[in-house]
Amino acid sequence: MLKALRRYPSLNAWLLLAPATLWLMIFFIAPLFIVIAYGFLERGTYGGVIWEFNPGNFARVFDSLYLNTFFRSVYIAFLTTCFCLLIGYPLGYYIATRPPHKRNTLLLALMIPFWTNFLIRTYAWLTLLRTNTGLINVTLMNLGIIKDPLPTFGNDFAIVLGLVYGWLPDMVLPIFAALDRLDRSLLEAASDLYAPGRRVFRRVIWPLSLPGVIAGSMLVFIPSLGAFVTPAILGGGKSLMIGNVISNQFLAAHDWPFGSALSTLMMGLMLVATLIYFRSTAGAGRRK
Amino acid sequence: MRDEIGVELRDVVKRFDNVTAVDHVSLEVRDGEFFSLLGPSGCGKTTSLRMIAGFEMPTLGDIFIRGVPQGYLPAYKRPVNTVFQHYALFPHMTVEQNVAFGLEMSKVPKPDIARRVKEVLDLVHLTGMDRRRPKQLSGGQQQRVALARALVNHPKVLLLDEPLGALDLKLRKAMQVELKALQTRVGITFIYVTHDQEEALTMSDRIGVMDRGKLLQVGAPQEVYEAPQSRFVSDFIGDTNYLEGHLVAFRGEYCKVAVEPGMLLWANNTPDLHLDQQVTVAFRPEKIYLNAAEQEEMNTLSGVVHEVVYTGSNTTYHVELPNSTVLMVRQQNVATLPDTRFHTGDRVDVSWPIASSKAFAN
Repeated sequence: MLKALRRYPSLNAWLLLAPATLWLMIFFIAPLFIVIAYGFLERGTYGGVIWEFNPGNFARVFDSLYLNTFFRSVYIAFLTTCFCLLIGYPLGYYIATRPPHKRNTLLLALMIPFWTNFLIRTYAWLTLLRTNTGLINVTLMNLGIIKDPLPTFGNDFAIVLGLVYGWLPDMVLPIFAALDRLDRSLLEAASDLYAPGRRVFRRVIWPLSLPGVIAGSMLVFIPSLGAFVTPAILGGGKSLMIGNVISNQFLAAHDWPFGSALSTLMMGLMLVATLIYFRSTAGAGRRK
Repeated sequence: MRDEIGVELRDVVKRFDNVTAVDHVSLEVRDGEFFSLLGPSGCGKTTSLRMIAGFEMPTLGDIFIRGVPQGYLPAYKRPVNTVFQHYALFPHMTVEQNVAFGLEMSKVPKPDIARRVKEVLDLVHLTGMDRRRPKQLSGGQQQRVALARALVNHPKVLLLDEPLGALDLKLRKAMQVELKALQTRVGITFIYVTHDQEEALTMSDRIGVMDRGKLLQVGAPQEVYEAPQSRFVSDFIGDTNYLEGHLVAFRGEYCKVAVEPGMLLWANNTPDLHLDQQVTVAFRPEKIYLNAAEQEEMNTLSGVVHEVVYTGSNTTYHVELPNSTVLMVRQQNVATLPDTRFHTGDRVDVSWPIASSKAFAN
């Protein structure tokens, strides 16, 4: 066996790859094709599918009802990404510029909340945000700062807040990594060449951290787009995203083929987003 | 006279937490001078340079550039430019963009920028490299870009932080010559930080030797080499022989030192020496003659050749004295004197001019 391996190095590579390949084939590639295939089938009465060709599911996806939800989801994911970037960039910059021992503490502090289950943390937001009984409104009203409760729940505000909270570390970490790699002497070189702080940022720090910004934005945008736990809990059943529509098709409406069609479309969109990401990071090095 | 001083450090102190990196350093660098700050790592030379550049602010004292106090002026407002140790070229910009950066920041009109960038790239022999990225260049080329990026701004003072440290020996030697020629041509004050004594001796008009935050001696290369004022300076620059003894007499600018067992030497005084003090006599290996005829004004000791190290142009003899101190004796391999060769085990007399030896307090 060992002799054979030594003689055929390529065999070696195949053996090393085999477990991962097998895993991906069974649990990723195959289900992916099942989802795509289901999109073209007829729905069963109590869920499942009937093996009859039905292209109508994909046509229905473009119904204005679903398209609106779709665009709303893109809009919410976009807002989430923007806020994550606004909060995450300064935070990542701050952490990256601390001395090493403080840096590790700060990174740990950033991640500790995420040791708690996401669902539980989202319910925690619920107790804070609920319109009439939420901690925020109750406190503000008891203090006499406001008379009527603020609209903190069951709307886009609550969803974006929950999503920003949930995905912030995914924005901070790649930005931190990019800024951490940044050679300090480049900043000194820029200021030595008469660039004041803001120009050092615009001409040196920002372009060199751009790969981190793009990676972070993708890591936030994609899961936000497909989110369904956060909108289901914080949207109060009124404000929905495409993720909720898909889960409803499977769990409530028993329309697996249509749910599959919606999923396929969303995966297509994410694929496009990812391609844009790779194009732009490849270009980031070449940019002026 | 004020305008002849390029850079002045006036009683500058820099402390980091509890560490004193620069300890009451006062220094005047003349306009147009090639000045080297020489010392081992951690001696404060780079910190001094960084304070002139404005990357660090002095804890005490002030820095003057052409008579103008710099105070807490940020780096981008100072009329100096720096060549960094690892070049610090902007990786996302081309050579041209790197070099143009300083001119753009100081709002030089576009056509002037293009012309000056081209001129300076020609000056450092990088013609036609303007579209390359730093990563596509060799170490030596990157070094030139760093130099061009600083020089294009016509700074009053150019600060260089071990700029040749990352290059291989041959390239380093070539760049030393080139740098010196360039400095003479552009006439800008160069302040050059290095731990390489040979580099400092080769290029500098004057050298400042630093150790543990203090500026020990400032002088022309010959001065610091031939007349070191402290044991550290004599030790750091070039090779030195040491003999320890106690001071038994004075005569004019010389003093007499007794070295056990029963050896007597004359050496140059240093200030603050007194009778019966323990002193170290220092002298250079190349000042020593082997088996020379007895002469006045010479110290002569006898010993045994212990080892012979042949290095092409020179031969270094290690001569063991009766007190088992080993002296280094460097002789040029002059072809016309074939009988001046010695071998291990030979008894030899070593002698050197008393003017070439110096006594330091222990």
